[in-house]
Amino acid sequence: MNVAALAKVLLTSEQLAKRVALELEDGWLVNVGIGMPTQCLPFVPADRDVQFHSENGIIGMARPPKDLKHADNDLLSAGKGPVTLLQGGSFVHHADSFAISRGGRLDAAILGAYQVAVNGDLANWRLPKARTGSVGGAMDIAVGAKRTFAMMTHVTKDGESKIVNKVSYPMTAQRSVTKIFTDMAVVAVMPEGLVLEEYVEGLTPADVQAATEPKLIIPKTVKPIRF
Amino acid sequence: MLPEGLTTPVTARIKNKRAASPAEAVADVKDGSVVMVGGFGRGGVPEILIDALCDKGVKGLTIISNNTGTHETGIARFLKQGCVKKMICSFPFATESNVFRDLYNAGKVDLEVVPQGSLAERIRAGGAGLGGFLTPTGVGTELAQGKQILTVNGREYVLELPLRADVAIIRARQVDPRGNLTYRMAGRNFNPVMCTAADKVIVEAIEEVELGSLDPEVIITPGLYVTRYVVAGKYSSRV
Repeated sequence: MNVAALAKVLLTSEQLAKRVALELEDGWLVNVGIGMPTQCLPFVPADRDVQFHSENGIIGMARPPKDLKHADNDLLSAGKGPVTLLQGGSFVHHADSFAISRGGRLDAAILGAYQVAVNGDLANWRLPKARTGSVGGAMDIAVGAKRTFAMMTHVTKDGESKIVNKVSYPMTAQRSVTKIFTDMAVVAVMPEGLVLEEYVEGLTPADVQAATEPKLIIPKTVKPIRF
Repeated sequence: MLPEGLTTPVTARIKNKRAASPAEAVADVKDGSVVMVGGFGRGGVPEILIDALCDKGVKGLTIISNNTGTHETGIARFLKQGCVKKMICSFPFATESNVFRDLYNAGKVDLEVVPQGSLAERIRAGGAGLGGFLTPTGVGTELAQGKQILTVNGREYVLELPLRADVAIIRARQVDPRGNLTYRMAGRNFNPVMCTAADKVIVEAIEEVELGSLDPEVIITPGLYVTRYVVAGKYSSRV
């Protein structure tokens, strides 16, 4: 499939955010990382009680203020954008915020990614060519959360698969990703390998496989992405 | 507040911790100090004390803080004035960290990148008198290179060592004459742990309140950690 035709069928970042938000279950505490993951907040179904954790000590992080004149430097997301607090939310200091993560209290974390490997290895903190990078809380959150959802485009700008046999970018956390959400597919990281659960309408499972470096397990239950 | 009959009034004269000015508050900070600076992004950053230290012209500082400043503000002021020898932080290269990026690329400042949770816990360990701690964070990554790996109950952990500082500069919401502190929303961030891990703790608080007026249940940092404070409300930062 050529690039122009592909662009028409791929999920937009908003559609992807909607799909990831549907994965969040009633009663969960969920960390959202910088960038694309923050877009998921408004799309959690209204009847599900999901609380968001932000690494800077916010439990109950919610949408940006409706009127930005209320924006406050002391209430920002990890990506430094203005947010509000869900009723009943609370604040903790940084050491406690990361104890929440490493201590296993996060039901899920949604993180951006450069690469995810077959075994769930995650690379998301620096580009290989850079001398160093900004790790932030990515390593602590990916090792601590019960489930780590990687949210990314399926391929790089050069068309290379971001789902790989072995990460070539610097490692963030070993065997941490449990599910991969891309603009093309939903892929579960299972002990038996990568299982294609959903694919974007307009493509076939075979098209997704063609854009993916490792071999995908394609079960009979595979279905189009709904959001 | 406490139930009736359970508060004992203070009769002795308590030591005055309020500095006359931001300049006086930082007067004894020496060149080459290790300085912890509270804040995350623009939240909870002690901008007035940063200004005062820049005006004093300190040199050769090692700064421990999550970020490296926002545009020209916060830590970026220290950097721009050439006060900083080394940064220890988790997120040095945000879009708004242009001042740090230029200095780092020019080889004019050293950098140690620490995962954010390990940074917070190393500070906590430093304040708690611990020799370090074992964390699963960073196992199998370049940020664990050169660090000891130990296996406990079949899981690998990185040995991370404590961090302490000569001075911590802190942004609080309320302060009372004892130095008891509350914080403002997510402006809390690293501030309370940094208060525990420095020999000298200098605070700028938005508001000063009378002794006994803070509910003991809402005090986050007890005054025992605080060396001195200024009331920020009186001074406008250049931000």
